[in-house]
Amino acid sequence: MAYDPQIAAIRFGLGRRAGEAIPTDPQAWLARQLDGEDPGLAAPLHGSSAGLRLLHETRTRSPGKGPNSRQEPKDQIRDIFRADTGAALDMLLTTATPFRERLVWFWANHFTVSIRTQILAGVINAYVSEAIRPHVTGRFEDMLLAVMRHPAMLFYLNNAGSIGPLSPAGQRSKRGLNENLARECLELHTVTPASGYTQADVTEFARVLTGWSIDFERGEPGFIFRPATHEPGSKTVMGKSWPQGEAGGRALLHWLGTHPSTYRSVATKLVRHFVADAPAEADVQRIAGILQQTGGDLKAASLGIVGLESAWRPLGKLRSPFDYVVAVMRALDLPAERRGNLNEAMSSLGQGLHNAPLPNGWPDTAAEWAGPEAIMRRVDWAYAVAGRTDGIDPVRLARDALGPLLPADTHEAIARAGSHREAMTLLLASPEFQRR
Amino acid sequence: MKDLSTMTQSAPRLTRRAALLGLAGAVTLGRTSVALAAAATEQRFVVVLLRGALDGLAAVQPYGDRALADLRGELLAPEPGHEKGLGDLGGYFGLHPALSAMHEMYTGGSLAVLHAAAGPSRSRSHFEAQDYMECGAEQRLSSGWLNRALALLPPHRSTAAGSETALSVGTSVQLVLRGPAPVASWLPQGFGGPDAEILRKLAAMHAADPATGPALAEGLRERGFSNAVLSGQAAAPNRFSFPALAGSVGKMLAAPDGPRIAALELGGWDTHAAQVGRLPGALGQLDSGMAALKTALGDAWARTAVLVMTEFGRTVRVNGTKGTDHGTATVAFVAGGAVAGGRVIADWPGLGAGKLLENRDLMPTTDLRAVAKALLAGHLRIDPARLGPVFPGGEGVAPIRGLLRA
Repeated sequence: MAYDPQIAAIRFGLGRRAGEAIPTDPQAWLARQLDGEDPGLAAPLHGSSAGLRLLHETRTRSPGKGPNSRQEPKDQIRDIFRADTGAALDMLLTTATPFRERLVWFWANHFTVSIRTQILAGVINAYVSEAIRPHVTGRFEDMLLAVMRHPAMLFYLNNAGSIGPLSPAGQRSKRGLNENLARECLELHTVTPASGYTQADVTEFARVLTGWSIDFERGEPGFIFRPATHEPGSKTVMGKSWPQGEAGGRALLHWLGTHPSTYRSVATKLVRHFVADAPAEADVQRIAGILQQTGGDLKAASLGIVGLESAWRPLGKLRSPFDYVVAVMRALDLPAERRGNLNEAMSSLGQGLHNAPLPNGWPDTAAEWAGPEAIMRRVDWAYAVAGRTDGIDPVRLARDALGPLLPADTHEAIARAGSHREAMTLLLASPEFQRR
Repeated sequence: MKDLSTMTQSAPRLTRRAALLGLAGAVTLGRTSVALAAAATEQRFVVVLLRGALDGLAAVQPYGDRALADLRGELLAPEPGHEKGLGDLGGYFGLHPALSAMHEMYTGGSLAVLHAAAGPSRSRSHFEAQDYMECGAEQRLSSGWLNRALALLPPHRSTAAGSETALSVGTSVQLVLRGPAPVASWLPQGFGGPDAEILRKLAAMHAADPATGPALAEGLRERGFSNAVLSGQAAAPNRFSFPALAGSVGKMLAAPDGPRIAALELGGWDTHAAQVGRLPGALGQLDSGMAALKTALGDAWARTAVLVMTEFGRTVRVNGTKGTDHGTATVAFVAGGAVAGGRVIADWPGLGAGKLLENRDLMPTTDLRAVAKALLAGHLRIDPARLGPVFPGGEGVAPIRGLLRA
């Protein structure tokens, strides 16, 4: 098996960056990226408390109240989103650990929180930093717990206001359960319907999660377990009994986060992301086995993917719009003022940052991304970008970005193009550049 | 996409905002684009860059040269007087039949043809040669010759407020207009897609891809790019075609407080294969664009000079795929009411044995810098003594005389 360094950068990384050294030992290069702490944690991001305070203000403040001299909370939310998203894009374009960064975005998509719920825009990037990044090379169950306790998820999937009907608060008010987070946790984040859970399990799980909420009142808003809204008594989920209190939820999440069905689902998604739209059973079993043996060690699972022979077959995956824009921009390494608004570009290609329509996140197969209009928009965008690439030699760029993956006919089309812009368009919109 | 936005086709006027941005703009669309610059002159000057290397021997066929038929055989258009024949240019040269409006300009005395012309560079690389053509030098510079010339004009007029038509700063200004003199760029809404030539190549490149191949083919069909369009045998569905753009530019230049200088570009000239089928489409775009420019300029046409040029010519002999490869000398056109037209200006080098450059290309005998200098000095009234920095290395090149009406 040939561990092609170019494939390492394209398949496991985010596309080769202009001027980036080609690793002599691709597997070691990838493994090294998973050592130590995520450099992305050092990015100058707002913590979630700033966004949470604004979210709370937006929801509680009556319109027209207070002096107009202050900036509206929604404008401040937008400013935080812009600043944090800019930092996140810089990280994507310049990181020296692109494999780890790809994994960050993979897991953020697995545990989707979407800014279709607009007031979450001020906290979305903090969510990734606080709940996802610390656990990308840690244990799956730890990431699951961090996600389920994070205010962004508790708000997005409506658990913050879920109240046990028999709890003191439930007895006083007519409010009650919200099953949303419990359902999606079972269906999307952990065991999936293949495990055979029932509607009763969903409802019982929702009872377990009552009281998992957000404290907006304290200085640093964040997670709180509210006994007053927690459904009393033990609950039965998937045939097992879970005790009353926060500990019951933690125990259940530990059980779900280490369940063989969860490992299988996660393994399938990883293989689909890194190897092929239709994952081979043997590959899924291999990765699920690693997760089982290591107690859900995501670093071991990620390195397991690197060790799959099938993962080194070139260009088997169509780049998603997010991947495509990032790869083009890494290859070109344009100064910031010539990049254009990359989040807008991703949106126009169908995949705005943190803007998935539904909690199941963005799809990960070519069939979902290769619509006729979608592909035409990629061509249009490639052409627009090509107009800002003066001074970049398209032939050299093609060799740098694709290396041996550049077929002779694409190379020739670029070399023989009628203008610089045409050559750059042909390269950036080529079939090879659309793939990873 | 937001970065390809907001100037409407119907109201192509520079606004105060555009003026504040530096009183100039550029439009890019499909295979055509334009940059505009306001200037302290009532003269109008337009540069049309034909990117991809126009075959001068096809556009202006030297049918009087006895060596031509043997070298060009199947690529030749019928001689003047025959059906679909050349438009005669005085008994030796003939204009391609797709250039009928330009032939009318010629007979009306407002189009001059320069043949066997080339810039100083002998590069056969599109990218290098286009850069040199626009830099006005034999090396890559960060600014273009037209921008450096712009800086020699007196300070611009104070600009009155235009309509409130929005202008947004867009992507690229052509190199020829890039440089220290302020030139803003903007893009009309809906402009900005790649041209049929690029799309044709991409469709071929993607054909074998199981995901993107069928998607791209269907996407092209949905946007009206039939196979005939992609092969250059039918006009592209882009409503912002070169003629429409040229007309818009003409209106802007005609406005009393509008810009005075514009640079447009048009692609589709790289006819390596099936040249007879593909060249008429591109020539037709150029021809209609020139006609639209003239019409839109109205009375201002009398004070207009248009320079049409390409980065190099094509091989004299036909290649193995009924096309031509990268060559050297080619034609340039100078049109407008200010031009002393109705003439072919050429020191014809001939096509016979021993007369070709490296036994393959038309020998260059006219320096394009001499043409550009004549227009900058004679038309824009820039002191010829100050033109040195505009064409570095070309200080000894004298402007062509008699190109403009007295």
